[in-house]
Amino acid sequence: MTTTTATPSSGAPSGLREILTNTDPRRRRTDRTMKVLIYAAFAIAMIPLVSVLWTVVSKGIGHLNSYFLLHSMRGVFGGMDAGGIYHAIIGTLLITLWATVISVPIGLMVAVYLVEYGRGRLARAVTFFVDVMTGIPSIVAGLFAYALFALFFGPGVRMGIAGSVALSVLMIPVVVRSSEEMLRLVPNELREAALALAVPKWLVTVRVVLRTAVAGIVTGITIAVARIIGETAPLLVTVGVADSINYNMVDGRMMTLPVYIYRQFQQGLVPCSPTATNCVPTINFDRAWSAALVLIIIVMLLNLVGRLITRLFAPKSR
Amino acid sequence: MSQRIDVKDLNIFYGDFKAVADVQIAVEPRSVTAFIGPSGCGKSTFLRTLNRMHEVIPGAYVEGTVAMDGVDLYAADVDPVAVRRQVGMVFQRPNPFPTMSIAENVLAGVRLNNKRISKGDAQDLVEQSLQGANLWNEVKDRLDRPGSGLSGGQQQRLCIARAIAVKPQVLLMDEPCSALDPISTLAIEDLIAELKSQYTIVIVTHNMQQAARVSDRTAFFNLAGVGQAGRLVEVDDTATIFSAPHEQATEDYISGRFG
Repeated sequence: MTTTTATPSSGAPSGLREILTNTDPRRRRTDRTMKVLIYAAFAIAMIPLVSVLWTVVSKGIGHLNSYFLLHSMRGVFGGMDAGGIYHAIIGTLLITLWATVISVPIGLMVAVYLVEYGRGRLARAVTFFVDVMTGIPSIVAGLFAYALFALFFGPGVRMGIAGSVALSVLMIPVVVRSSEEMLRLVPNELREAALALAVPKWLVTVRVVLRTAVAGIVTGITIAVARIIGETAPLLVTVGVADSINYNMVDGRMMTLPVYIYRQFQQGLVPCSPTATNCVPTINFDRAWSAALVLIIIVMLLNLVGRLITRLFAPKSR
Repeated sequence: MSQRIDVKDLNIFYGDFKAVADVQIAVEPRSVTAFIGPSGCGKSTFLRTLNRMHEVIPGAYVEGTVAMDGVDLYAADVDPVAVRRQVGMVFQRPNPFPTMSIAENVLAGVRLNNKRISKGDAQDLVEQSLQGANLWNEVKDRLDRPGSGLSGGQQQRLCIARAIAVKPQVLLMDEPCSALDPISTLAIEDLIAELKSQYTIVIVTHNMQQAARVSDRTAFFNLAGVGQAGRLVEVDDTATIFSAPHEQATEDYISGRFG
Protein backbone atom coordinates (compact mmCIF):
# COMPACT_ATOMS: atom_id res chain seq x y z
CA MET A 1 0.00 0.00 0.00
CA THR A 2 1.39 3.39 -0.95
CA THR A 3 0.44 6.59 0.74
CA THR A 4 0.81 9.90 -0.97
CA THR A 5 1.97 12.72 1.19
CA ALA A 6 0.22 16.00 0.60
CA THR A 7 2.74 18.21 2.28
CA PRO A 8 4.73 20.09 -0.34
CA SER A 9 7.96 20.05 1.67
CA SER A 10 8.49 16.34 2.06
CA GLY A 11 8.85 13.98 -0.87
CA ALA A 12 6.49 15.98 -3.08
CA PRO A 13 8.74 16.65 -6.10
CA SER A 14 8.77 13.10 -7.45
CA GLY A 15 5.12 12.51 -6.55
CA LEU A 16 4.06 15.75 -8.15
CA ARG A 17 5.97 14.90 -11.31
CA GLU A 18 4.08 11.61 -11.38
CA ILE A 19 0.74 13.39 -11.01
CA LEU A 20 1.46 16.06 -13.60
CA THR A 21 2.82 13.77 -16.32
CA ASN A 22 1.00 10.48 -16.07
CA THR A 23 -2.65 11.31 -15.56
CA ASP A 24 -5.25 10.20 -18.00
CA PRO A 25 -3.33 8.39 -20.75
CA ARG A 26 -6.70 7.49 -22.23
CA ARG A 27 -7.54 11.11 -22.89
CA ARG A 28 -4.25 11.55 -24.69
CA ARG A 29 -4.92 8.54 -26.89
CA THR A 30 -8.38 9.87 -27.73
CA ASP A 31 -6.91 13.27 -28.49
CA ARG A 32 -4.40 11.76 -30.89
CA THR A 33 -6.99 9.59 -32.62
CA MET A 34 -9.40 12.50 -33.09
CA LYS A 35 -6.61 14.66 -34.45
CA VAL A 36 -5.77 12.05 -37.08
CA LEU A 37 -9.45 11.65 -37.97
CA ILE A 38 -9.97 15.40 -38.38
CA TYR A 39 -6.91 15.83 -40.58
CA ALA A 40 -8.04 12.84 -42.64
CA ALA A 41 -11.51 14.35 -43.07
CA PHE A 42 -9.92 17.60 -44.17
CA ALA A 43 -7.75 15.79 -46.70
CA ILE A 44 -10.72 13.85 -48.08
CA ALA A 45 -12.71 17.07 -48.41
CA MET A 46 -9.84 18.65 -50.32
CA ILE A 47 -9.53 15.80 -52.86
CA PRO A 48 -12.58 16.67 -55.00
CA LEU A 49 -11.84 20.38 -54.73
CA VAL A 50 -8.25 20.09 -55.92
CA SER A 51 -9.21 17.48 -58.49
CA VAL A 52 -11.93 19.68 -60.02
CA LEU A 53 -9.63 22.66 -60.11
CA TRP A 54 -6.82 20.65 -61.65
CA THR A 55 -9.04 19.06 -64.29
CA VAL A 56 -10.61 22.35 -65.35
CA VAL A 57 -7.31 24.22 -65.45
CA SER A 58 -5.38 21.50 -67.28
CA LYS A 59 -8.10 20.90 -69.87
CA GLY A 60 -9.22 24.50 -70.25
CA ILE A 61 -5.98 26.45 -70.31
CA GLY A 62 -4.94 25.20 -73.77
CA HIS A 63 -7.81 26.75 -75.69
CA LEU A 64 -7.97 29.93 -73.61
CA ASN A 65 -6.75 32.97 -75.55
CA SER A 66 -7.87 36.46 -76.39
CA TYR A 67 -9.53 35.30 -79.62
CA PHE A 68 -11.64 32.85 -77.62
CA LEU A 69 -12.60 35.55 -75.11
CA LEU A 70 -13.45 38.23 -77.66
CA HIS A 71 -15.46 36.35 -80.32
CA SER A 72 -18.92 34.85 -80.45
CA MET A 73 -20.02 31.62 -82.11
CA ARG A 74 -21.63 33.40 -85.03
CA GLY A 75 -21.00 31.52 -88.27
CA VAL A 76 -19.00 28.80 -86.59
CA PHE A 77 -19.85 25.24 -87.56
CA GLY A 78 -18.44 21.76 -87.71
CA GLY A 79 -14.93 21.32 -86.42
CA MET A 80 -13.75 24.85 -87.29
CA ASP A 81 -10.98 26.01 -85.02
CA ALA A 82 -12.81 29.28 -84.33
CA GLY A 83 -15.52 30.72 -82.18
CA GLY A 84 -15.47 31.98 -78.63
CA ILE A 85 -17.43 32.88 -75.57
CA TYR A 86 -17.73 36.66 -75.75
CA HIS A 87 -21.50 36.45 -76.19
CA ALA A 88 -21.78 34.01 -73.27
CA ILE A 89 -19.67 36.19 -70.95
CA ILE A 90 -21.82 39.21 -71.80
CA GLY A 91 -25.01 37.18 -71.22
CA THR A 92 -23.84 35.74 -67.91
CA LEU A 93 -22.68 39.11 -66.59
CA LEU A 94 -25.84 40.97 -67.66
CA ILE A 95 -28.27 38.33 -66.44
CA THR A 96 -26.43 37.91 -63.12
CA LEU A 97 -26.19 41.67 -62.68
CA TRP A 98 -29.93 42.12 -63.16
CA ALA A 99 -30.70 39.16 -60.91
CA THR A 100 -28.57 40.86 -58.22
CA VAL A 101 -30.29 44.21 -58.83
CA ILE A 102 -33.66 42.52 -58.29
CA SER A 103 -32.67 40.29 -55.37
CA VAL A 104 -30.54 42.52 -53.16
CA PRO A 105 -33.12 45.24 -52.38
CA ILE A 106 -35.91 42.71 -51.84
CA GLY A 107 -33.74 40.33 -49.82
CA LEU A 108 -32.24 43.09 -47.72
CA MET A 109 -35.61 44.64 -46.95
CA VAL A 110 -37.04 41.27 -45.94
CA ALA A 111 -34.05 40.72 -43.65
CA VAL A 112 -34.48 44.20 -42.11
CA TYR A 113 -38.16 43.44 -41.57
CA LEU A 114 -37.38 40.12 -39.90
CA VAL A 115 -34.68 41.49 -37.61
CA GLU A 116 -35.86 45.02 -36.81
CA TYR A 117 -39.64 44.95 -37.10
CA GLY A 118 -41.06 41.46 -37.51
CA ARG A 119 -42.95 40.03 -34.54
CA GLY A 120 -45.37 37.19 -34.14
CA ARG A 121 -47.19 35.25 -36.80
CA LEU A 122 -46.31 37.25 -39.91
CA ALA A 123 -42.58 37.15 -39.17
CA ARG A 124 -42.74 33.41 -38.56
CA ALA A 125 -44.65 32.93 -41.81
CA VAL A 126 -42.06 34.96 -43.74
CA THR A 127 -39.22 32.93 -42.22
CA PHE A 128 -41.02 29.71 -43.12
CA PHE A 129 -41.58 30.72 -46.73
CA VAL A 130 -38.00 31.92 -47.11
CA ASP A 131 -36.93 28.46 -45.94
CA VAL A 132 -39.28 26.87 -48.45
CA MET A 133 -37.89 29.11 -51.19
CA THR A 134 -34.35 27.98 -50.35
CA GLY A 135 -35.35 24.46 -51.30
CA ILE A 136 -36.97 25.27 -54.66
CA PRO A 137 -35.29 23.25 -57.44
CA SER A 138 -33.75 25.63 -59.94
CA ILE A 139 -35.68 24.20 -62.90
CA VAL A 140 -38.91 25.02 -61.07
CA ALA A 141 -37.75 28.61 -60.65
CA GLY A 142 -37.04 28.66 -64.39
CA LEU A 143 -40.47 27.32 -65.26
CA PHE A 144 -42.05 29.86 -62.91
CA ALA A 145 -40.28 32.76 -64.60
CA TYR A 146 -41.11 31.36 -68.04
CA ALA A 147 -44.79 31.01 -67.11
CA LEU A 148 -44.82 34.54 -65.71
CA PHE A 149 -43.34 36.07 -68.86
CA ALA A 150 -45.46 33.86 -71.12
CA LEU A 151 -48.53 35.48 -69.54
CA PHE A 152 -47.47 38.86 -70.88
CA PHE A 153 -45.50 38.03 -74.02
CA GLY A 154 -47.15 34.83 -75.18
CA PRO A 155 -45.80 31.30 -75.23
CA GLY A 156 -42.27 30.65 -76.42
CA VAL A 157 -40.97 33.92 -75.01
CA ARG A 158 -37.20 34.07 -74.52
CA MET A 159 -35.46 37.08 -73.01
CA GLY A 160 -32.60 37.85 -70.66
CA ILE A 161 -34.69 39.55 -67.99
CA ALA A 162 -36.82 36.41 -67.60
CA GLY A 163 -33.62 34.56 -66.76
CA SER A 164 -32.77 37.25 -64.22
CA VAL A 165 -36.18 36.82 -62.61
CA ALA A 166 -35.70 33.04 -62.47
CA LEU A 167 -32.27 33.46 -60.87
CA SER A 168 -33.53 36.04 -58.39
CA VAL A 169 -36.11 33.51 -57.17
CA LEU A 170 -33.12 31.36 -56.24
CA MET A 171 -31.05 34.25 -54.96
CA ILE A 172 -33.54 36.10 -52.72
CA PRO A 173 -33.73 33.44 -49.99
CA VAL A 174 -29.93 33.21 -49.84
CA VAL A 175 -29.64 37.00 -49.52
CA VAL A 176 -32.39 37.08 -46.87
CA ARG A 177 -30.79 34.33 -44.83
CA SER A 178 -27.24 35.68 -44.87
CA SER A 179 -28.28 39.31 -44.33
CA GLU A 180 -30.54 38.27 -41.47
CA GLU A 181 -27.62 36.53 -39.76
CA MET A 182 -25.42 39.58 -40.23
CA LEU A 183 -28.05 42.02 -38.93
CA ARG A 184 -28.59 39.87 -35.86
CA LEU A 185 -24.86 40.07 -35.16
CA VAL A 186 -25.06 43.85 -34.76
CA PRO A 187 -25.00 44.43 -30.97
CA ASN A 188 -28.24 45.75 -29.57
CA GLU A 189 -26.21 48.29 -27.63
CA LEU A 190 -25.45 50.15 -30.82
CA ARG A 191 -29.14 50.42 -31.68
CA GLU A 192 -29.88 51.69 -28.18
CA ALA A 193 -26.96 54.11 -28.28
CA ALA A 194 -28.28 55.63 -31.49
CA LEU A 195 -31.90 55.68 -30.30
CA ALA A 196 -30.79 57.45 -27.11
CA LEU A 197 -29.16 60.12 -29.30
CA ALA A 198 -32.64 60.96 -30.58
CA VAL A 199 -32.18 59.23 -33.92
CA PRO A 200 -35.45 57.89 -35.42
CA LYS A 201 -35.66 54.14 -35.80
CA TRP A 202 -35.48 54.05 -39.60
CA LEU A 203 -32.29 56.11 -39.53
CA VAL A 204 -30.86 53.85 -36.83
CA THR A 205 -31.56 50.92 -39.14
CA VAL A 206 -30.04 52.55 -42.20
CA ARG A 207 -27.13 54.48 -40.73
CA VAL A 208 -26.09 52.24 -37.83
CA VAL A 209 -27.38 48.69 -38.26
CA LEU A 210 -26.89 48.32 -42.03
CA ARG A 211 -23.67 50.34 -41.91
CA THR A 212 -22.20 48.12 -39.20
CA ALA A 213 -23.28 44.93 -40.95
CA VAL A 214 -22.42 45.97 -44.51
CA ALA A 215 -19.19 43.96 -44.64
CA GLY A 216 -20.99 40.73 -43.79
CA ILE A 217 -23.90 41.55 -46.07
CA VAL A 218 -21.54 42.03 -49.03
CA THR A 219 -19.94 38.66 -48.30
CA GLY A 220 -23.41 37.09 -48.25
CA ILE A 221 -24.32 38.70 -51.57
CA THR A 222 -21.07 37.44 -53.11
CA ILE A 223 -21.89 33.93 -52.00
CA ALA A 224 -25.42 34.26 -53.38
CA VAL A 225 -24.05 35.46 -56.73
CA ALA A 226 -21.60 32.56 -56.84
CA ARG A 227 -24.52 30.25 -56.12
CA ILE A 228 -26.60 31.43 -59.12
CA ILE A 229 -23.94 32.28 -61.69
CA GLY A 230 -23.49 28.60 -62.53
CA GLU A 231 -27.21 27.83 -62.91
CA THR A 232 -28.01 26.16 -66.23
CA ALA A 233 -31.50 24.70 -66.26
CA PRO A 234 -33.55 27.85 -65.50
CA LEU A 235 -31.61 29.81 -68.13
CA LEU A 236 -32.13 27.10 -70.72
CA VAL A 237 -35.89 27.44 -70.18
CA THR A 238 -36.13 31.22 -70.00
CA VAL A 239 -33.28 32.68 -72.04
CA GLY A 240 -32.53 29.86 -74.44
CA VAL A 241 -29.48 29.48 -76.60
CA ALA A 242 -27.80 31.91 -78.98
CA ASP A 243 -24.71 32.00 -81.16
CA SER A 244 -24.40 35.76 -81.52
CA ILE A 245 -23.97 38.69 -79.20
CA ASN A 246 -27.15 40.15 -77.67
CA TYR A 247 -26.92 43.06 -75.24
CA ASN A 248 -30.69 43.54 -75.06
CA MET A 249 -32.16 42.07 -71.90
CA VAL A 250 -35.77 42.42 -73.05
CA ASP A 251 -35.48 41.11 -76.57
CA GLY A 252 -34.55 37.68 -77.73
CA ARG A 253 -32.30 34.84 -76.70
CA MET A 254 -28.94 35.27 -75.02
CA MET A 255 -26.09 32.90 -74.38
CA THR A 256 -24.72 32.31 -70.91
CA LEU A 257 -21.57 30.47 -69.84
CA PRO A 258 -23.24 27.47 -68.14
CA VAL A 259 -25.61 26.96 -71.08
CA TYR A 260 -22.69 27.39 -73.48
CA ILE A 261 -20.72 24.70 -71.65
CA TYR A 262 -23.73 22.41 -71.72
CA ARG A 263 -24.29 22.98 -75.44
CA GLN A 264 -20.69 22.44 -76.42
CA PHE A 265 -20.44 19.30 -74.37
CA GLN A 266 -23.70 18.00 -75.83
CA GLN A 267 -22.45 18.44 -79.39
CA GLY A 268 -19.51 16.19 -78.61
CA LEU A 269 -16.86 14.95 -81.01
CA VAL A 270 -16.84 16.30 -84.53
CA PRO A 271 -16.49 13.70 -87.29
CA CYS A 272 -13.74 15.24 -89.43
CA SER A 273 -13.20 13.99 -92.91
CA PRO A 274 -9.55 12.93 -93.45
CA THR A 275 -9.07 15.60 -96.11
CA ALA A 276 -10.40 18.49 -94.06
CA THR A 277 -7.78 21.14 -93.22
CA ASN A 278 -9.56 23.27 -90.68
CA CYS A 279 -11.14 20.63 -88.46
CA VAL A 280 -10.41 19.75 -84.86
CA PRO A 281 -12.39 16.70 -83.68
CA THR A 282 -12.32 17.69 -79.99
CA ILE A 283 -13.05 21.39 -80.54
CA ASN A 284 -16.40 21.31 -78.71
CA PHE A 285 -14.86 19.74 -75.62
CA ASP A 286 -11.99 22.21 -75.71
CA ARG A 287 -14.40 25.13 -75.82
CA ALA A 288 -16.49 23.67 -72.99
CA TRP A 289 -13.50 23.23 -70.68
CA SER A 290 -12.14 26.68 -71.43
CA ALA A 291 -15.55 28.24 -70.81
CA ALA A 292 -15.72 26.37 -67.50
CA LEU A 293 -12.34 27.77 -66.55
CA VAL A 294 -13.52 31.29 -67.42
CA LEU A 295 -16.65 30.78 -65.30
CA ILE A 296 -14.51 29.77 -62.32
CA ILE A 297 -12.24 32.77 -62.87
CA ILE A 298 -15.25 35.12 -62.96
CA VAL A 299 -16.55 33.72 -59.66
CA MET A 300 -13.07 34.09 -58.18
CA LEU A 301 -12.83 37.71 -59.33
CA LEU A 302 -16.25 38.43 -57.85
CA ASN A 303 -15.08 36.97 -54.56
CA LEU A 304 -12.00 39.17 -54.65
CA VAL A 305 -14.12 42.27 -55.27
CA GLY A 306 -16.37 41.21 -52.39
CA ARG A 307 -13.36 40.80 -50.12
CA LEU A 308 -12.12 44.24 -51.11
CA ILE A 309 -15.46 45.88 -50.31
CA THR A 310 -15.62 43.96 -47.04
CA ARG A 311 -12.20 45.21 -46.04
CA LEU A 312 -13.13 48.76 -47.01
CA PHE A 313 -16.23 48.82 -44.80
CA ALA A 314 -15.14 46.61 -41.91
CA PRO A 315 -15.14 48.26 -38.47
CA LYS A 316 -11.61 49.28 -37.53
CA SER A 317 -10.20 49.32 -34.04
CA ARG A 318 -6.96 51.29 -34.37
CA MET B 1 -32.42 75.36 -18.76
CA SER B 2 -32.52 72.01 -17.07
CA GLN B 3 -35.87 70.89 -15.92
CA ARG B 4 -37.58 69.14 -13.13
CA ILE B 5 -39.02 65.68 -13.65
CA ASP B 6 -42.10 64.60 -11.73
CA VAL B 7 -43.05 60.95 -11.74
CA LYS B 8 -46.51 59.97 -10.50
CA ASP B 9 -47.99 56.50 -9.96
CA LEU B 10 -45.68 54.92 -12.49
CA ASN B 11 -46.10 51.21 -13.18
CA ILE B 12 -43.68 49.62 -15.60
CA PHE B 13 -44.42 46.42 -17.50
CA TYR B 14 -42.62 43.90 -19.67
CA GLY B 15 -45.60 42.30 -21.39
CA ASP B 16 -47.65 40.75 -18.59
CA PHE B 17 -44.90 41.14 -16.01
CA LYS B 18 -45.08 44.18 -13.77
CA ALA B 19 -41.43 45.06 -13.19
CA VAL B 20 -41.75 48.25 -11.15
CA ALA B 21 -44.80 49.47 -9.21
CA ASP B 22 -46.09 52.79 -7.89
CA VAL B 23 -43.10 55.03 -8.27
CA GLN B 24 -43.51 58.60 -7.03
CA ILE B 25 -40.41 60.72 -7.30
CA ALA B 26 -39.36 64.24 -8.14
CA VAL B 27 -35.97 64.75 -9.78
CA GLU B 28 -34.65 68.23 -9.03
CA PRO B 29 -33.02 70.28 -11.79
CA ARG B 30 -29.25 70.79 -11.80
CA SER B 31 -28.61 68.12 -9.26
CA VAL B 32 -27.45 64.55 -9.22
CA THR B 33 -29.97 61.93 -8.20
CA ALA B 34 -28.63 58.44 -7.55
CA PHE B 35 -30.67 55.22 -7.72
CA ILE B 36 -29.39 52.41 -5.55
CA GLY B 37 -30.77 48.97 -4.76
CA PRO B 38 -30.16 45.26 -5.25
CA SER B 39 -29.95 43.71 -8.73
CA GLY B 40 -33.29 43.20 -10.43
CA CYS B 41 -35.14 45.81 -8.36
CA GLY B 42 -35.94 47.90 -11.43
CA LYS B 43 -33.53 50.83 -11.11
CA SER B 44 -32.36 50.59 -14.70
CA THR B 45 -35.85 49.83 -15.96
CA PHE B 46 -37.15 52.94 -14.24
CA LEU B 47 -34.25 55.01 -15.56
CA ARG B 48 -35.07 53.92 -19.11
CA THR B 49 -38.66 55.11 -18.76
CA LEU B 50 -37.38 58.67 -18.22
CA ASN B 51 -36.38 59.00 -21.88
CA ARG B 52 -38.80 56.46 -23.31
CA MET B 53 -36.06 53.92 -24.05
CA HIS B 54 -38.06 51.35 -22.12
CA GLU B 55 -40.61 50.94 -24.89
CA VAL B 56 -37.87 50.01 -27.37
CA ILE B 57 -38.10 46.50 -25.92
CA PRO B 58 -40.96 44.56 -27.57
CA GLY B 59 -44.00 44.29 -25.32
CA ALA B 60 -42.77 46.87 -22.82
CA TYR B 61 -45.05 49.69 -21.70
CA VAL B 62 -45.81 51.97 -18.74
CA GLU B 63 -48.81 53.33 -16.85
CA GLY B 64 -48.78 56.61 -15.02
CA THR B 65 -47.13 59.92 -15.79
CA VAL B 66 -43.59 61.16 -16.19
CA ALA B 67 -43.82 64.94 -16.42
CA MET B 68 -40.98 67.17 -17.45
CA ASP B 69 -41.75 70.77 -16.56
CA GLY B 70 -45.42 69.86 -16.44
CA VAL B 71 -45.51 68.09 -19.82
CA ASP B 72 -46.30 64.38 -19.66
CA LEU B 73 -43.64 62.56 -21.68
CA TYR B 74 -46.09 59.72 -22.30
CA ALA B 75 -48.89 61.90 -23.69
CA ALA B 76 -50.25 60.60 -26.99
CA ASP B 77 -48.93 63.51 -29.05
CA VAL B 78 -45.40 63.41 -27.61
CA ASP B 79 -42.73 62.13 -30.00
CA PRO B 80 -40.33 59.72 -28.26
CA VAL B 81 -37.50 60.89 -30.52
CA ALA B 82 -38.04 64.48 -29.31
CA VAL B 83 -38.03 63.25 -25.71
CA ARG B 84 -34.66 61.58 -26.25
CA ARG B 85 -33.29 64.82 -27.65
CA GLN B 86 -34.06 66.42 -24.27
CA VAL B 87 -33.07 63.45 -22.14
CA GLY B 88 -29.75 61.87 -23.11
CA MET B 89 -28.42 58.55 -21.90
CA VAL B 90 -25.09 56.89 -21.13
CA PHE B 91 -25.06 53.11 -20.89
CA GLN B 92 -23.43 50.59 -18.62
CA ARG B 93 -20.94 49.37 -21.17
CA PRO B 94 -19.16 51.92 -23.34
CA ASN B 95 -20.66 51.59 -26.81
CA PRO B 96 -18.98 53.88 -29.34
CA PHE B 97 -19.99 53.19 -32.93
CA PRO B 98 -17.29 50.85 -34.29
CA THR B 99 -17.57 52.20 -37.83
CA MET B 100 -16.91 55.79 -36.81
CA SER B 101 -13.89 57.84 -35.78
CA ILE B 102 -13.74 59.71 -32.47
CA ALA B 103 -14.97 62.94 -34.03
CA GLU B 104 -17.71 61.14 -35.95
CA ASN B 105 -18.85 59.48 -32.74
CA VAL B 106 -19.24 62.85 -31.08
CA LEU B 107 -21.16 64.15 -34.08
CA ALA B 108 -23.29 60.99 -34.33
CA GLY B 109 -26.41 62.64 -32.91
CA VAL B 110 -26.23 65.27 -35.64
CA ARG B 111 -24.94 63.21 -38.55
CA LEU B 112 -27.15 60.15 -38.04
CA ASN B 113 -30.13 62.46 -38.19
CA ASN B 114 -28.98 63.56 -41.65
CA LYS B 115 -28.71 67.12 -40.39
CA ARG B 116 -26.35 69.44 -42.18
CA ILE B 117 -23.66 71.10 -40.15
CA SER B 118 -20.86 73.32 -41.41
CA LYS B 119 -17.30 72.13 -40.99
CA GLY B 120 -16.45 74.91 -38.56
CA ASP B 121 -19.55 74.28 -36.44
CA ALA B 122 -18.78 70.57 -36.43
CA GLN B 123 -15.22 71.20 -35.22
CA ASP B 124 -16.49 73.54 -32.51
CA LEU B 125 -19.09 71.03 -31.38
CA VAL B 126 -16.53 68.22 -31.26
CA GLU B 127 -14.07 70.29 -29.23
CA GLN B 128 -16.74 71.68 -26.91
CA SER B 129 -18.30 68.27 -26.25
CA LEU B 130 -14.98 66.49 -25.75
CA GLN B 131 -13.84 69.24 -23.40
CA GLY B 132 -17.14 68.91 -21.58
CA ALA B 133 -16.35 65.22 -21.13
CA ASN B 134 -12.73 65.90 -20.05
CA LEU B 135 -11.44 63.93 -23.01
CA TRP B 136 -10.23 66.65 -25.34
CA ASN B 137 -6.60 66.74 -24.21
CA GLU B 138 -6.23 62.99 -24.55
CA VAL B 139 -7.68 62.65 -28.06
CA LYS B 140 -7.23 66.02 -29.78
CA ASP B 141 -4.39 64.67 -31.93
CA ARG B 142 -6.23 61.59 -33.11
CA LEU B 143 -9.79 62.69 -33.74
CA ASP B 144 -9.92 60.72 -36.98
CA ARG B 145 -8.91 57.42 -35.35
CA PRO B 146 -11.59 54.83 -34.55
CA GLY B 147 -13.42 55.37 -31.28
CA SER B 148 -13.12 51.71 -30.38
CA GLY B 149 -9.32 52.06 -30.14
CA LEU B 150 -9.62 54.04 -26.91
CA SER B 151 -9.39 52.54 -23.43
CA GLY B 152 -12.61 51.62 -21.62
CA GLY B 153 -12.64 54.76 -19.49
CA GLN B 154 -11.92 56.97 -22.49
CA GLN B 155 -14.66 55.21 -24.46
CA GLN B 156 -17.13 55.91 -21.69
CA ARG B 157 -16.17 59.58 -21.66
CA LEU B 158 -16.51 59.56 -25.44
CA CYS B 159 -20.05 58.25 -24.96
CA ILE B 160 -20.74 61.07 -22.51
CA ALA B 161 -19.35 63.59 -25.01
CA ARG B 162 -21.59 62.04 -27.66
CA ALA B 163 -24.60 62.37 -25.37
CA ILE B 164 -23.96 66.01 -24.43
CA ALA B 165 -23.29 66.97 -28.06
CA VAL B 166 -27.03 66.64 -28.64
CA LYS B 167 -27.45 69.33 -25.91
CA PRO B 168 -29.99 67.57 -23.72
CA GLN B 169 -31.51 68.96 -20.52
CA VAL B 170 -31.23 65.75 -18.59
CA LEU B 171 -28.52 63.10 -18.63
CA LEU B 172 -29.32 59.55 -17.56
CA MET B 173 -26.43 57.27 -16.61
CA ASP B 174 -26.96 53.55 -16.21
CA GLU B 175 -24.08 52.27 -14.05
CA PRO B 176 -21.57 54.28 -16.10
CA CYS B 177 -18.56 53.11 -14.09
CA SER B 178 -19.30 49.43 -13.54
CA ALA B 179 -17.00 48.37 -16.39
CA LEU B 180 -14.19 50.77 -15.49
CA ASP B 181 -11.11 50.75 -13.28
CA PRO B 182 -10.89 53.06 -10.21
CA ILE B 183 -8.93 55.79 -11.99
CA SER B 184 -11.39 56.00 -14.88
CA THR B 185 -14.21 55.87 -12.33
CA LEU B 186 -12.72 58.87 -10.55
CA ALA B 187 -12.49 60.73 -13.87
CA ILE B 188 -16.16 60.06 -14.57
CA GLU B 189 -17.19 61.06 -11.05
CA ASP B 190 -15.31 64.37 -11.36
CA LEU B 191 -17.02 64.87 -14.67
CA ILE B 192 -20.44 64.27 -13.12
CA ALA B 193 -19.70 66.91 -10.50
CA GLU B 194 -18.87 69.39 -13.27
CA LEU B 195 -21.79 68.46 -15.48
CA LYS B 196 -24.40 69.02 -12.80
CA SER B 197 -24.02 72.78 -13.11
CA GLN B 198 -25.63 72.50 -16.54
CA TYR B 199 -27.58 69.28 -16.59
CA THR B 200 -29.99 67.36 -14.46
CA ILE B 201 -28.27 64.03 -13.87
CA VAL B 202 -29.78 60.73 -12.83
CA ILE B 203 -27.33 57.91 -12.17
CA VAL B 204 -27.90 54.25 -11.40
CA THR B 205 -25.09 52.71 -9.39
CA HIS B 206 -24.27 49.57 -7.45
CA ASN B 207 -21.47 51.34 -5.68
CA MET B 208 -22.82 53.01 -2.55
CA GLN B 209 -19.66 55.01 -1.96
CA GLN B 210 -20.14 56.37 -5.43
CA ALA B 211 -23.74 57.34 -4.69
CA ALA B 212 -22.58 59.03 -1.49
CA ARG B 213 -19.77 60.85 -3.32
CA VAL B 214 -21.54 62.17 -6.39
CA SER B 215 -25.24 62.56 -5.63
CA ASP B 216 -27.33 65.22 -3.95
CA ARG B 217 -30.33 62.99 -3.52
CA THR B 218 -30.51 59.22 -3.35
CA ALA B 219 -33.42 56.91 -4.07
CA PHE B 220 -33.44 53.37 -2.75
CA PHE B 221 -35.29 50.69 -4.72
CA ASN B 222 -36.05 47.23 -3.43
CA LEU B 223 -38.09 44.21 -4.38
CA ALA B 224 -40.02 41.99 -2.03
CA GLY B 225 -39.07 38.74 -3.75
CA VAL B 226 -38.28 37.02 -7.02
CA GLY B 227 -40.99 37.58 -9.63
CA GLN B 228 -42.45 40.52 -7.76
CA ALA B 229 -42.45 44.14 -8.78
CA GLY B 230 -39.67 46.42 -7.59
CA ARG B 231 -40.65 49.46 -5.55
CA LEU B 232 -39.18 52.76 -4.57
CA VAL B 233 -38.58 52.45 -0.83
CA GLU B 234 -37.50 55.98 -0.06
CA VAL B 235 -35.89 59.01 -1.57
CA ASP B 236 -34.19 61.77 0.40
CA ASP B 237 -31.06 63.89 0.57
CA THR B 238 -28.03 61.69 0.18
CA ALA B 239 -26.69 62.71 3.57
CA THR B 240 -29.94 61.68 5.23
CA ILE B 241 -30.15 58.35 3.39
CA PHE B 242 -26.64 57.39 4.39
CA SER B 243 -26.80 58.65 8.00
CA ALA B 244 -30.37 58.40 9.20
CA PRO B 245 -32.70 56.67 6.73
CA HIS B 246 -36.37 56.43 7.64
CA GLU B 247 -36.86 52.86 6.49
CA GLN B 248 -35.26 49.84 8.12
CA ALA B 249 -34.75 48.22 4.67
CA THR B 250 -32.66 51.16 3.50
CA GLU B 251 -30.48 51.01 6.55
CA ASP B 252 -30.01 47.27 6.17
CA TYR B 253 -29.03 47.67 2.54
CA ILE B 254 -26.54 50.51 2.94
CA SER B 255 -24.93 48.89 5.96
CA GLY B 256 -24.48 45.74 3.90
CA ARG B 257 -26.78 43.50 5.86
CA PHE B 258 -28.39 42.20 2.67
CA GLY B 259 -28.24 42.63 -1.07
